[in-house]
Amino acid sequence: MLEIKDLHASVQGTEILKGLNLTVKPGEVHAIMGPNGSGKSTLSYVLAGREGYEVTGGRIIYCGEDLTDLEPEERAAKGVFLAFQYPVEIPGVPNSTFLNEAVNSVRRYRGEEELDKIQFVKMLRAKTKELGMSDEMLKRAVNVGFSGGEKKRNEVLQMAVLEPKLAILDETDSGLDIDALKIVADGVNAMRSPERSALVITHYQRLLDYIVPDKVHVLAQGRIQKTGGKELALELEKSGYADFKGEAA
Amino acid sequence: MADIGFIDESSGRTLPGAGLGWLDAKRDAGRARFGALGLPTPKLESWKYTRLRPLDDTKFAPVSDAAGEAKIDKVPGLSGSAAKIVFVNGRLRTDLSKLDDLPDGVRFASLETMLAEDPAWLEANMGKVAGDAPVRAGGTGEQAMLALNEAMMDSGFILHVAKGVALKAPLEVIYIGGLTDDAVAYFPRNLIVLEENAQATLVKQHIGHSVGEYFANAVTEISLKQGANFKHYKLQAESIYATHVTTLHADIARDATYESFQLSIGGLLSRSESNITLSGEGAHAGVHGAYMMRGKEHCDNTTFIDMAVPHTTCNQVFKGVLDDESRAVFQGKIYVARDAQKADGRMLNKTLLLSNGAEIDTKPELEIYADDVQCAHGATTGQLDETALFYLRSRGIPEALARNMLVQSFLGDALEEISDEAVREAFMVHVLHWLPAHCYRAGEWTSDQLEERA
Ligand SMILES: Nc1ncnc2c1ncn2[C@@H]1O[C@H](COP(=O)(O)OP(=O)(O)OP(=O)(O)O)[C@@H](O)[C@H]1O
Ligand SMILES: [Mg+2]
Repeated sequence: MLEIKDLHASVQGTEILKGLNLTVKPGEVHAIMGPNGSGKSTLSYVLAGREGYEVTGGRIIYCGEDLTDLEPEERAAKGVFLAFQYPVEIPGVPNSTFLNEAVNSVRRYRGEEELDKIQFVKMLRAKTKELGMSDEMLKRAVNVGFSGGEKKRNEVLQMAVLEPKLAILDETDSGLDIDALKIVADGVNAMRSPERSALVITHYQRLLDYIVPDKVHVLAQGRIQKTGGKELALELEKSGYADFKGEAA
Repeated sequence: MADIGFIDESSGRTLPGAGLGWLDAKRDAGRARFGALGLPTPKLESWKYTRLRPLDDTKFAPVSDAAGEAKIDKVPGLSGSAAKIVFVNGRLRTDLSKLDDLPDGVRFASLETMLAEDPAWLEANMGKVAGDAPVRAGGTGEQAMLALNEAMMDSGFILHVAKGVALKAPLEVIYIGGLTDDAVAYFPRNLIVLEENAQATLVKQHIGHSVGEYFANAVTEISLKQGANFKHYKLQAESIYATHVTTLHADIARDATYESFQLSIGGLLSRSESNITLSGEGAHAGVHGAYMMRGKEHCDNTTFIDMAVPHTTCNQVFKGVLDDESRAVFQGKIYVARDAQKADGRMLNKTLLLSNGAEIDTKPELEIYADDVQCAHGATTGQLDETALFYLRSRGIPEALARNMLVQSFLGDALEEISDEAVREAFMVHVLHWLPAHCYRAGEWTSDQLEERA
């Protein structure tokens, strides 16, 4: 599904990712943990194709194809989805319109028929219900005036609607109350299948009780420093990142 | 008589109403005044950023019969309007107009018709508002363009609504310019009077054809009597060969409400100047607009709102999008007279620059001589939000469509100020058409999908 080899990436001339290797097989869920500022969000932006996040070395192979030269919308159409750590507010664009444009843009790209309004609304309604979201949040402008938890839930809604092959969740659990955390985890689990993979970035072991990962990685100093099973998260909970901080310096 | 340099008057066309003593005198006075003032220059504060360059090097002819009779198959109008007056290059076109169905108490006619039918009413009302208001408070300019219109007025309309009459459906006036071989000039003079508690909505469209250079210099006077309510919407979709100058003077009496929205989407050079006086307690003016320019277009919105007495309110939102090497000017002044206590005035100008070559000069001003007022003004200029753009694209929305969505939502916010829903939707369609055409899907935006699923 995803094969990252010796990835180097810079932001504004500063190298943040310094030779990162990561392989995610179809159907697997990997967790990435690591200290603040270690490059987790940078990795997710690089995968999503954000401008200004420059790949200076290495390769990102997604479903057999090099991602690095694709536009963000092409990556999305090919099934890459990033749930933002800080979802963006877009005044004036109703959430439902945004979702509709997104779904149909992706369908157009894939050569599939667009959903008409009735089909779209039906599909959307089913998804919002699962996520316990109100219709009101669909009418409002994208993320404008949403609480922190509502924004995260809205990210999960977008994921549910777009049904990506590779979902990258950047701290989607931060700021969620316990009930919301379960709902979000259910949303991710509902999408688990042999064809889909997920990269779950989190600071808290708790999320991994709900979304049980196949592997846990520690990202520090711009590299994967350690990889283990789900028990690694429990270890980190106790010992922190002290071991990794000095290491690469 | 003094010549007007950029106008070739050798054709000796007879202007409507010629021979009426008061009108001849008015035209002569206008000509003398324009002769003395000349075209506005950047030395005048309110003309600092706009020069009427095309008038320097083009000779415009008054409209010939042929130019006025240009073949027009279809007039883009509003559905559901009560009546419509159409001018082509300043000539009244009865074949395209529709005036047969006016309710009692509503007089809506061309200047020409009015001069023939009721010149006394015109004599009593014309110049009443334009004559004194701006001079009293310092106004926006030297009124050279008003004087020029006075000297040359050749078209325009009259709207007079009787006391207590409420007109629901909008009235329409359409000015079509272009389709001529030679450069032409025309000078509409509009006069709107709403008597006590009268209500009306007017949609004015200035539309240009893409061939033929022209110069339109219009003056509109508005007098709203006590408790009247007037909605005044203007679409400026002039051609890239057009020079468009309009001057508006409005007097808003006690408890009367004036709402205006100007959507400017085209015109090589345009200047729209409004002078609005809130002359009675409880008077309100909402003076709004949006502008979208590209190429080398230049669009100037200059407004002067005089809060002359206590307890008046005004609100102003102007938003614009500038692409290529286009340029816009926003000069807004709210003036609060001494003793005009409890005045509440707000002004906001926001511009999105889509290219490095685009430019905005914005000058929102408050001039306050009373001490117990609530006034605020602001202006921002920026580019499309790159983070928002990435967010949309990361969901699969192609860049061009994502840009359109952001521009549309930016302007849609200004269009919210249009309280007439049909007009708001019609204007939104113009906004969508201005956007790059390949993003066809954006056009589905105006209706709320969620409402429709019921
Ligand atoms: N636009 C930028 N300009 C300069 N430095 C940046 C920029 N964006 C990120 N960085 C730096 O890159 C490093 C990695 O940031 P990143 O956001 O990837 O960390 P993170 O692992 O996601 O941290 P957190 O756990 O706090 O979310 C940080 O030191 C940050 O300051
Ligand atoms: Mg982060």
